[in-house]
Amino acid sequence: MAEKATIVVFSGDLDKVLAAFVIATGCAAQGMEVTMFYTFWGLNVVKKDKGPIAGAKNWMQKMMGMMNRGGISRLPLSKFNMAGMGRSMMKKLMKKTNVAPLSEMLAMARDLDVKMWACKMSMDVMGVAKEDLIPEVDKIVGVAAYAAEAQQSKINLFI
Amino acid sequence: MNFDVELNTLGMQCPVPIVKTAKKMKELQIGQVLKVISDDEGIKEDMPAWCKTTGNEFLGLEESGGQYTVYVKKVVG
Repeated sequence: MAEKATIVVFSGDLDKVLAAFVIATGCAAQGMEVTMFYTFWGLNVVKKDKGPIAGAKNWMQKMMGMMNRGGISRLPLSKFNMAGMGRSMMKKLMKKTNVAPLSEMLAMARDLDVKMWACKMSMDVMGVAKEDLIPEVDKIVGVAAYAAEAQQSKINLFI
Repeated sequence: MNFDVELNTLGMQCPVPIVKTAKKMKELQIGQVLKVISDDEGIKEDMPAWCKTTGNEFLGLEESGGQYTVYVKKVVG
């Protein structure tokens, strides 16, 4: 059986998510079975790029959905985001230095059979429904599913 | 050095050269040699490391003018 790697993607920041994808694809290229577990702000990586979220049940979740708009191309930088200016500059720098954009990294990860799991509890708190997530997400799970995977993993990261 | 298949990864950054190598190696038969061309200096350390973890054989590296050519022999299926 292949060795396993599990990555908790808690952050929804472009730079941290880039690191998560580089590690995930690198481990998968080495023949490891990789699972990315998206929780809290990390859900933004696998949320569809659209305004209102279908799962919002009250005004707070609706507001959260608007202010915390998802979509892999909208993730801010963890430092010097400057209302999106930093993000745009970082994207230009990545392009200039031939670093693949996050959307391509995600496609590459899927191509390497990296599993994408979303945290049910975070989805409930933020009012994110299954239809608010991109189809690449294969499962919506709780902590036990993560723990079972992490227990068998040689690499287990929280990003 | 003799090789069977060539993979050009010029202009590609980590982790793409390694990911493409892993994919390409799946197409090779055991005993065949893959030649990978890259301008990412990281490949000097990355390719031997990838070979070590996957059990394939790192045959060598040629360097000229910021371009790296590495040879990898498929040992495991």
